[in-house]
Amino acid sequence: MYEYTLWHALIGGILIGLASLLATALSGKIPGISGVFGRLLVPATPDKRWRSLFLLGLVGGAALSFLLLDGAAIFRPMRPLAVMATAGLIVGFGTRLGGGCTSGHGVCGVGTGARDSIAATLIFVVVAMVTVLIYNRAVL
Amino acid sequence: MKAGRLSLIFLAGALFGTGLAISGMTDPGRVVGFLDVFGAWDPALLFVMAGAVGVYGLGMLILRRFQNQNLKLPSTASSPIDRRLVIGATIFGIGWGLGGFCPGPSLANLGALRIEALVFVPAMAIGMFLAQRFVGADQ
Repeated sequence: MYEYTLWHALIGGILIGLASLLATALSGKIPGISGVFGRLLVPATPDKRWRSLFLLGLVGGAALSFLLLDGAAIFRPMRPLAVMATAGLIVGFGTRLGGGCTSGHGVCGVGTGARDSIAATLIFVVVAMVTVLIYNRAVL
Repeated sequence: MKAGRLSLIFLAGALFGTGLAISGMTDPGRVVGFLDVFGAWDPALLFVMAGAVGVYGLGMLILRRFQNQNLKLPSTASSPIDRRLVIGATIFGIGWGLGGFCPGPSLANLGALRIEALVFVPAMAIGMFLAQRFVGADQ
């Protein structure tokens, strides 16, 4: 068991940045996860193949890491499943309405200095912090 | 898209999933730890973002100089900061704080068949479908 440090956070982040860069160069699109996934649910989307393969790779790469690196496999469930289902519904709706999530706005948009992505990222981070604060007061 | 390019994009996905797992962002405890600013605050997410944003931003600056027929990069110009963006980001923030999952980590956890992901991801797909069907997807 290796001990998780902030180096793992930084190196993992660098890998996420490299992967996003590679996917941008290959697809010619901003490869935000919510957009890549959401557009797979629209029948008229023409380029479903790379989207599916990118997401399959994501799940496969994570699966392999969980198996091989016990530090990466740490998982602390925080919420009951009913809350997870509600959260999923809200995350799906909000990311498609707002045009991006932590990767599309947070990594790619902020990385290229797009003002809309910087605004969206500030908003969803602050709102999520307030949500955790309220949840902790109300439920825990 | 040609087969070679498609296999490379599969590898890009695998790299993304590996990065998420190594960074600790697949652990909702770590994400909620970052969001819980008045609790035992965990700065890890900030380091993940610094690494990812730095590499992506720098990489795009470099790639821009090599654009050609085979390398077409998307526009990175900002869209207007409108009501849609503000409301969408607010709704996403509520869901993120509620579940400790954003889309990437939720999909990554399918790789371990974790029940939280098996519940979260289908619900997220429904939310995305509803947004795209009734309020229109962003383009």
